[in-house]
Amino acid sequence: MTESLLLPLAQTGVFELLAPTPPGWGGNLLRGFINSMGIGMGAFALGLLIGTGGAYGKLYGGAVLRDLLKVYTTLIRAVPELVLVLLIFFAVPDVINRTLDTLGYRPIDVSGLVAGIAALGLVQGAYATEVLRGAILAVPQGQIEAGRAFGMTPTMLMRRITLPAMLPFAIPGLANLWLVATKNTALLAVVGFNELTLETRQAAGATKAYFTFFMAAGVLYLLLTLISNIFIGRVEHWARRGLPPIAESR
Amino acid sequence: MTATIRAIPRNTVSDAAAEAIHIEDLHKTFGTLHVLKGVSLSARDGDVVAVIGSSGSGKSTLLRCINCLESPTSGVIRVNGEEIRLKPDGNGSTVPADRKQIERIRSRLGMVFQSFNLWNHLTLIENVIEVPVSVLGVKRERATAEAEKLLARVGLLEKRDIYPAFLSGGQQQRGAIARALAVQPRVMLFDEPTSALDPELVGEVLAVIAGLAREGRTMILVTHEMKFAREVATHVVFLHEGRLEEEGSPDALFSSPKSERLQQFIRRVG
Ligand SMILES: Nc1ncnc2c1ncn2[C@@H]1O[C@H](COP(=O)(O)OP(=O)(O)OP(=O)(O)O)[C@@H](O)[C@H]1O
Ligand SMILES: [Mg+2]
Repeated sequence: MTESLLLPLAQTGVFELLAPTPPGWGGNLLRGFINSMGIGMGAFALGLLIGTGGAYGKLYGGAVLRDLLKVYTTLIRAVPELVLVLLIFFAVPDVINRTLDTLGYRPIDVSGLVAGIAALGLVQGAYATEVLRGAILAVPQGQIEAGRAFGMTPTMLMRRITLPAMLPFAIPGLANLWLVATKNTALLAVVGFNELTLETRQAAGATKAYFTFFMAAGVLYLLLTLISNIFIGRVEHWARRGLPPIAESR
Repeated sequence: MTATIRAIPRNTVSDAAAEAIHIEDLHKTFGTLHVLKGVSLSARDGDVVAVIGSSGSGKSTLLRCINCLESPTSGVIRVNGEEIRLKPDGNGSTVPADRKQIERIRSRLGMVFQSFNLWNHLTLIENVIEVPVSVLGVKRERATAEAEKLLARVGLLEKRDIYPAFLSGGQQQRGAIARALAVQPRVMLFDEPTSALDPELVGEVLAVIAGLAREGRTMILVTHEMKFAREVATHVVFLHEGRLEEEGSPDALFSSPKSERLQQFIRRVG
């Protein structure tokens, strides 16, 4: 049964093409996949940081900060991500080096990885700001007030009460963002960063086995999503531990 | 530079030591709404002050000014002889001048809310040890041992690892009382602790509060339970439209109310 399925594949040389060592291209694909994961995780983490700060700034910040954040979230969410990625990918290293230059330091070589994380992280941050702002608003005010009434400092309140209490409301939105982050890494192909999509294109171009390689890349993305879903489900279950179970609605 | 001799700050005066709460000419406005119009009130250690009055008379606002959940528009508030330092906020009202001071004072005022407000993401025992551990710096093991005693006292020890959402209203409120007791409060502040409860659950919560009153805890208790106020209070104040209309011993107030308004109020609520 399995043999009859695998035999035609073997005959077309799929396994040679996907072998992990040259002349197979599997190693390249995996390396691209790992790069994509690195960028995706970095961008998601940066987005979470920006998002937390952004949500707090929008909710509790002064008028100037609120306006600035509004400009940030509006602009980022208005402009196509590809345009932003191109802009930030080339602008960020430039800004860093100009700053270093004016401060009298020598320019540094900003790696594609750092620039990529910065670019996608800034995009993620805008969306995360809104996800987290909504989640914080969903926390019953009385819980935050109880923290204040017992003398918690603002940072303690955030760490001990607000953040854990808003988590169950944030997870569906954040899970979306994580999946988007893993796939947005493909945008970095256009700037020549060796992530999965670019590696796939190169392998496909060199061997003309377009279908094989893009299918393989698709499977990798799909596996990532499936594994993520399991993980997200666990985290969500844990975050909802204090909430009553969803009533069956029919 | 010569050393300057500073005036002794007012918050260190000791003649008010036995006075747990002292409120003088407290005003509070929300926008154009004048909610508290010059309320003065004092509670000495061991007093149980019941605050009664119809809905909207400003009872909650008064209570929330004591721990600065609301900043008074003007007036003086002293907690255990320490005056809460306020500064003008530029809009004709005030804000706390010293956040650290407010946090310190708050951490020794055990507030119990109408809607319980237990933290949903923490189990009952975690709720009770949260403030001792993270605000007061008590060691976790010690706080847990204390918390178990308090939970036993309110009859909830077997529920220690349950999340609040899985408890009844009465159990949640008893848990909230344990949480307030865990900070070893100098004064407990109750804001209508039984108003959100089903009638059959009111008794169990009142029993706990009555027990606290008997052991001489200082408390300010906003309540609609007149019979209960009469039983446990050492002093009753009647608020009407932001003014302290009448005050006195429970017997005096409930048996022979002087003001027209209080007579009407007592007739209405029974
Ligand atoms: N944050 C606020 N902003 C604006 N108005 C407020 C605010 N808090 C209270 N008020 C108003 O102040 C008045 C007094 O409110 P308060 O909650 O102190 O009354 P109460 O005596 O506790 O009433 P109840 O018995 O219904 O709890 C009400 O008219 C209320 O609408
Ligand atoms: Mg009230």
